[in-house]
Amino acid sequence: MTTVQTGIQPISTSRRVKDRIVHVLVYLAFAIAVIPLVSVLWLVIKNGMHRFDLEFLTHSMRNIGARDAGGGAYHAIIGTLEQVSLASLIAVPIGLLTAVYLVEYGSGGRLARSISFFVDVMTGVPSVVSGLFVLAFWILALGMPFSGFAGAMALSILMMPVVVRSAEEMLRLVPNDLREASYALGVPKWRTIVKVVLPTAFTGIVTGVMLAVARVAGETAPLLLTVFFTDSINNDPFNGPQMGLPLYVFDQAGRPTDTAIDRAWTGALTLILIVMLLNLVARLIAWWRSPAKRGS
Amino acid sequence: MAKQIEVAGLDAYYGAHKAIEGITMTIEPRAVTAFIGPSGCGKSTFLRTLNRMHEVIPGARVEGKVRLEDQDLYGPGVDPVSVRRTIGMVFQRPNPFPTMSIYDNVAAGLRLNGRFSKSELDGIVESSLKGANLWNEVKDRLQKPGSGLSGGQQQRLCIARAIAVRPEVLLMDEPCSALDPISTLAIEDLISSLKRDYTIVIVTHNMQQAARVSDKTAFFNLAGQGQPGKLIEMDETSRIFTNPGQKATEDYITGRFG
Repeated sequence: MTTVQTGIQPISTSRRVKDRIVHVLVYLAFAIAVIPLVSVLWLVIKNGMHRFDLEFLTHSMRNIGARDAGGGAYHAIIGTLEQVSLASLIAVPIGLLTAVYLVEYGSGGRLARSISFFVDVMTGVPSVVSGLFVLAFWILALGMPFSGFAGAMALSILMMPVVVRSAEEMLRLVPNDLREASYALGVPKWRTIVKVVLPTAFTGIVTGVMLAVARVAGETAPLLLTVFFTDSINNDPFNGPQMGLPLYVFDQAGRPTDTAIDRAWTGALTLILIVMLLNLVARLIAWWRSPAKRGS
Repeated sequence: MAKQIEVAGLDAYYGAHKAIEGITMTIEPRAVTAFIGPSGCGKSTFLRTLNRMHEVIPGARVEGKVRLEDQDLYGPGVDPVSVRRTIGMVFQRPNPFPTMSIYDNVAAGLRLNGRFSKSELDGIVESSLKGANLWNEVKDRLQKPGSGLSGGQQQRLCIARAIAVRPEVLLMDEPCSALDPISTLAIEDLISSLKRDYTIVIVTHNMQQAARVSDKTAFFNLAGQGQPGKLIEMDETSRIFTNPGQKATEDYITGRFG
């Protein structure tokens, strides 16, 4: 009775020590992960704020000499926005429909399994390879010009697997109960998918698409091979070389003057801001569409 | 409204596994028929064959005949979607559509199937919610999400959603097993009032419930693990619970097994 311990006991010292150690390790890991993120952000903001002005956002690099100050990234901002929107326009519908097929119709068949396999393979394709593919196929073989659209195609190859994977995951999270409830009301399968399954997964799909956009917006290598360079504004993504913010940063950072280096930092800052802004917009859409908004 | 269902020699499979075998029965209109029996005996499977929900599961198939009055539900050219529109279903766990408001949930079956004017929809939503005894509790918050209701209210919302499409038959798969006694009582009262207009089939594990709400009771059992479930007997509920024809039924009802 006195020696055999039964019932509720105090926490032993060794457990207390282990708890402390694991606590410290977890916080340490967190700090190590956050340090590079914060330092990158801080550096970009510190060096980028210097030239982050109206001129930068509204002017191109046309007629800006090698040693001139001033100039801006308007042409690159336009280029990035157009290229990324076009890439999304190609990749999101295809990716979403692929995910719907995999989850709702494929059900582990041979075709579904091979699609799943090739999506995995696509995830691993280095970005420069997708650029090379478009260069070889679209520009060299078909004789099309360098253009924003060629860049968008290269980017969409990179986006597609990310969209498929994330949308697939989200669609699988939709409880089967809801599909059955809809079937039991005499709703055909395609309407069930459109009206019940996709709206339920909507928030998650939006998040996945935004991650894909963010990933692709900073790609430099495929753009180098497909949209080429220009210092002028080109609003037409289907014709002639364009610029993109990653290219702009790459280009300016390679120049020997301080003014160019400053422009490179500001270009990087602008790119981060654009991605953040898109993210914010997507979150707002998701929030606005969610039923929780109406309160429960 | 309210039609009779006749089942003859029905077998149902999941892939190669035969889940139920040789079921023949008549389900009366404007009455409550209860299915009882131990877990895994195929009650729910059988219920799902009645509105062709069984075949939604990959690899599942059915052999035999199910007739709704003079229509063969498994006949060639019969659209399973229209079968499910005619024979509604309420599930074990309440499953309102999370993205929709209470109003939209009830209107879902109508909206997803055709065009209705706003006033038509308003009328049907109100009468369905009244039919499900939920109107007074939710009439001031029809635009709030259905997932904000309590479990019992959600289940009544699902019943309202099912009766909004005016089915001939209502199938209920253990509709009270996730609910507390008060909500259960509300649903049972509802079943008793619904049977004036609908043919109702209810699967239940609760024998008191079967005795309370049903007019006819069917007892299902299976010979052993891996064997298909079979209909042991079906009779007036009062007879099944007082003087069953089969020994197995008596053993089950008196709690000697299962």
